[in-house]
Amino acid sequence: MTARPIKNSIFKGAVIVFSLIAITPILLIIYELVRKGYKQINISFFTEVAPSTWDAMMANNNGELIPGGILNGITGTLLMVFVASIIAIPIGLITGIYLYENAGKRYANVIRSISDILQGSPSIVIGIIGYFWVVKYITNGFSALAGSVALAIMMLPLIIRSTEETLKMIPQTIKEAGLALGVPYHKIIMRVLIPTSFSGLVTGILLALSRVIGETAPLLITALGSPMVNFNLDKPASAVPLLIWEFYNDPNMVNLIWSSSLFLVVFILTMNLISKKIAPKKN
Amino acid sequence: MNSSIIEIKKPIISIQNLSVSYEKGKNAVNKVTADIKKNSITAIMGPSGCGKSTLLRAINRMHELYPNIKTEGKILLNDQDISRLSLIDLRRKVGMVFQHPNPFPSMSIYDNVISGYKLNGIRQKKSKRDDIVEKSLQDVALWSEVKDSLFKKGNFLSGGQQQRLCIARALAFEPDVILLDEPTSALDPIATSKIEELLVKLKKDYTIVMVTHNMAQAARISDQSIFMYLGDLIEYGKTKVMFTNPSDKRTEEYLTGKFG
Repeated sequence: MTARPIKNSIFKGAVIVFSLIAITPILLIIYELVRKGYKQINISFFTEVAPSTWDAMMANNNGELIPGGILNGITGTLLMVFVASIIAIPIGLITGIYLYENAGKRYANVIRSISDILQGSPSIVIGIIGYFWVVKYITNGFSALAGSVALAIMMLPLIIRSTEETLKMIPQTIKEAGLALGVPYHKIIMRVLIPTSFSGLVTGILLALSRVIGETAPLLITALGSPMVNFNLDKPASAVPLLIWEFYNDPNMVNLIWSSSLFLVVFILTMNLISKKIAPKKN
Repeated sequence: MNSSIIEIKKPIISIQNLSVSYEKGKNAVNKVTADIKKNSITAIMGPSGCGKSTLLRAINRMHELYPNIKTEGKILLNDQDISRLSLIDLRRKVGMVFQHPNPFPSMSIYDNVISGYKLNGIRQKKSKRDDIVEKSLQDVALWSEVKDSLFKKGNFLSGGQQQRLCIARALAFEPDVILLDEPTSALDPIATSKIEELLVKLKKDYTIVMVTHNMAQAARISDQSIFMYLGDLIEYGKTKVMFTNPSDKRTEEYLTGKFG
């Protein structure tokens, strides 16, 4: 008779302990990033480009903070993510609507499977596609455009899936209400379904963005990286994760790894929180 | 079987030999012929799966949404074949209210009422729009409850209020006929009685056809009743006659609760 409450409390204890174990690495990572990274985060961190090895070495020898910042990375990331969004959002939304409208049809199933395969593809492979399509034939050299295309390809399946799933959440009766008023089908999609699912669609897009902002591998072989602020799509550009990779390869820049990583994590975390906030609430 | 069908003079809707099938060789509605009387409430009842909703939805060609549904026979609305009308014309004349209240969640109460015009791109002066919204909401006795929050989204309304809003949306088009598909089955008894009161009031200006599985409701508010079973129209008559003296044995068994 007393065994049951004891078993219950053992189980409850186990659940709590294992949950704590699960979140420990995350907390440790954030702790580590803050501890080692906060010193380098100041105004010049956001307003100056990455320093030269020489400057960094001198600063390290004198026990000073490393000068410069990651402005070239921030601008490059914003530029490429922006262009990638322009490419991926319309195509992703329209494909998602198509899949929702034709659920169960063969052609739609094929597209859905391809989109899933794309989502599972290693990002370096997508980078190589960007390299062959854009770097070799369009810009004839590493370029921000190539990076944008690679990121766009990575965003596509995420937006397609989230659009389809969001639209599926709308009750069929809302669609019928429109039809019963004699509203043409395309107008029901544009003026009823999309506004109704708007917050869900935005959430999906934000999650796709935060997913690709941290991508390094596909950018290494497309955008390459640049020591300067560059808004020319034709030329190589940097990105925050690319800078982290460069800092990692330079023993003098170690301190900047932590601050840039902290910046990137906080940035992505913020986007995730925003998307959670506006996500449609389930009844 | 024709003996159990009443004759209606100058019907507003005339259903002639209508069959609807979801899959080949299986009719959900089987050769139904019935006339609907103007300015009255006609209830369609029967057990689940008898084809009552299918019959109702044929009247405003809702089935065309699903390509696998085949419809045969004819439906005349004011002596016009509905298959020759454009969908927008037909649905302006035949409004529909569904089982679950379904106001457009992204629109304000005002926009919901006027949505038929807005979504179809029918332009109107603002004063005319205001009039339509006020009149429609007055008609469903919702005006006094929502007149201060017309431009808020309707999600704070109760289920019954939302359903009345949906009726107002259908009335805004000034249709000839309103089709209701079990309009109160998702509502509580108080909201139900309000809607029933409303329907009785509305029949002065509109013809109402409603599907219900609630026999008491059909008895309370309808003038004519159609009883369907397994896709066939079994009996169609004045509600009072049918409930007191049904001519078909199956109707009697259904009404006395032997099945259904």
